[in-house]
Amino acid sequence: MDYHFHWRPVFQKLPELLQASLTTLEVAVLSMIIGIILGLLLALARMSPIKPLRWFATCWVELARNTPALFQLFFFGFGLGAFGIHFAPYFIVLFGLSFNNAGYLAENFRGGFQAVPDTQLRAARSLGMTIPQAYIRIIIPQVLRIVYHPMTNQMVWAVLMSSLGMMVGFRELSGETQFFASKTFRIFEYFAVTALIYYAIVKIILGAAKLASIRLFRY
Amino acid sequence: MIEIKGLHKYFGDLHVLKGIDLNVAKGEVLSVIGSSGSGKSTLLYCINGLEEIQKGAVIVDGVDVHAKGTDVNKLRQNLGMVFQQWNSFPHLTALENVALAPQIVKKHSKTDALEIAAKQLKHVGLGDKLNVYPNSLSGGQQQRLAIARALAMEPEYMLFDEATSALDPELVGEVLETMRMLAEEGMTMICVTHEMGFARDVSDRVAYFHQGIMEEIGPPEQIFGEAQSEHTRKFLANVR
Repeated sequence: MDYHFHWRPVFQKLPELLQASLTTLEVAVLSMIIGIILGLLLALARMSPIKPLRWFATCWVELARNTPALFQLFFFGFGLGAFGIHFAPYFIVLFGLSFNNAGYLAENFRGGFQAVPDTQLRAARSLGMTIPQAYIRIIIPQVLRIVYHPMTNQMVWAVLMSSLGMMVGFRELSGETQFFASKTFRIFEYFAVTALIYYAIVKIILGAAKLASIRLFRY
Repeated sequence: MIEIKGLHKYFGDLHVLKGIDLNVAKGEVLSVIGSSGSGKSTLLYCINGLEEIQKGAVIVDGVDVHAKGTDVNKLRQNLGMVFQQWNSFPHLTALENVALAPQIVKKHSKTDALEIAAKQLKHVGLGDKLNVYPNSLSGGQQQRLAIARALAMEPEYMLFDEATSALDPELVGEVLETMRMLAEEGMTMICVTHEMGFARDVSDRVAYFHQGIMEEIGPPEQIFGEAQSEHTRKFLANVR
């Protein structure tokens, strides 16, 4: 084997790669925030007595969970592009990831809602709380605890999935890596270092989630 | 005053309450006894509108609970309820459990709500448990917490749905003691209960429910001494 590793070009671009990791983290975090809000609404819609709402939410969940995430990104890029609706790469990735997160989280949330006893709602209502008050103050906080770990997993998944951004021309961590790698042909070196950066990001997220859970869930 | 007029309640095809007529005056303590499935718990849920009714009416202080346009949320503030499964909110401390509704329903400031909550918790003997989460309270303490939570809304009526049935026997006493205290303070109470001692000693009247019908109602001496109805006598003979 006469391949010689050259790590220096990679290290020279390390500041750019770290900068790009921030972009990765940003889009992942935003897509999670949107995903949690939409996921909650979808979970409620799936349990709603209104048929079209249930139907809409079920379609969303089915598509998000049973088609490749890459295709979901392509939909927001090339799919809508075909109808003259164009988004910047950043938004293609943000919308794609949010769509996917919402679909997966909706199922987790639905399980969470079913795990909170009906009697909690009754008790809240008996105190004069409205349905929205009861959900926001009593039910949802309990659901969030039940789904905390699946939610952490989804956050990790969102970070890793954002690497698909390079397929739609988004210069997040993978896109940036691809860009430099193809300029220098140090493909292995670049992606090896980037893999380590992803690994570090995920470890930081898991650590932070653990710390936050100790602070959040004192009961 | 709570007026129940010709109340019918169905769960699907199941006819749970078959025409109940009953008035409960301010300051009265009414115990409702009867075997499981006789409709006595359902009656409570119909009074505060947690269950819909199919026929008849429930009128609380002149307000028809089930009429369209009735603000049930406002009405329920005046009808405290305590459940068999105490239903404390697990994610909130004892203090927060009690303070939440005064704050978000009655719109008290947070400081006022916490003050009301602390006062009510002391009232039921949980003054030293303010910052404890429900999972480290015993069943009896959680049930007293539930009573404090209902009292914090300053209701004029309290509905107890088998408040001691799910408790370990050694914890029943403290909850009954709290209920007895409320009765002595003049609270209007409807207590669905299996505690015959409580029904006899504390109530002004006792109602016996049998298969969705109120078989008999009267002062405790009558029900426990010279019950008119065959069913009542049979039931009491079995529970003693």
